[in-house]
Amino acid sequence: MADLHFLANPARFRRFSQRVMPSLSFATVLALLVGLYFALVQSPPDYQQGETVRIMFVHVPSAWLSMAGYALLAVLGAALLVWRHPLAALMARAAAPVGACFALVCLVSGSLWGRPMWGTYWVWDARLTSMLLLFFLYLGHIALSRAYDDPERGDRAAAILALVGAINLPIIKFSVDWWNTLHQPASVMKLGGPSIHPAILTPLLWMAVSFLLLFILLVLMRTETEIDRRRLEIAEQGA
Amino acid sequence: MSDHAVFILSAYLAGLVILGGLTIASLSARNRARRDLAARGLERPRDQRAKAI
Repeated sequence: MADLHFLANPARFRRFSQRVMPSLSFATVLALLVGLYFALVQSPPDYQQGETVRIMFVHVPSAWLSMAGYALLAVLGAALLVWRHPLAALMARAAAPVGACFALVCLVSGSLWGRPMWGTYWVWDARLTSMLLLFFLYLGHIALSRAYDDPERGDRAAAILALVGAINLPIIKFSVDWWNTLHQPASVMKLGGPSIHPAILTPLLWMAVSFLLLFILLVLMRTETEIDRRRLEIAEQGA
Repeated sequence: MSDHAVFILSAYLAGLVILGGLTIASLSARNRARRDLAARGLERPRDQRAKAI
């Protein structure tokens, strides 16, 4: 916790980010290559889904990351509103487009999986609809944080949206249990452990690790950019 | 990859385009911000930093 507090200072965060970026980039590329090898070459077809199970190796990790990204936005929103944390607003601005892109990948890949498996690209099912709502919440956060001339007002408005929108996260997670949906119930993150065969679980976890590393890399890089932009704005105001 | 290959490859292509596009956009935005900082004398360009070390 003390280490995290150390990073609260934007200048220190920037130095830390620049130091870890090369090794993080290398680890991301390596994990992606291993993940893609397992996902496209090594893993066998599923006994029910056949080859289309390979879409799950993109769809499921992007769903996890889009939900984790929104949880991060909510935590950053709380940090901004309660403690007026100097880095929280900048990191939230950086993380929102990354989360939105992962949500979009989840929606597109899920739709492409649905066509051969369900016979349709889209149904207004509770899981799919709540996931689409998450994507719109991300877009709302991006738009709101940039909607005001005073960036601080925009950041506060976006933080409130992030906190209110966080109610959608348990709805996404438990939608398959609460309602009778076409979407299948949880098979990895559930009580009693995963019910997937290791041959399918291994590529899924490799892709999840590589997407997580990519998520961290992009958020660090974009936060650094936001810090630089804020420095430029301050310099322009002072000139 | 069976008759569903078009759906599988499209899903991977969509992931590549969306996440690859975001990575390229993030990299170029970071480089632009660094150049602007260097132009205002707020930060030394990367090549000069290496020489200073």
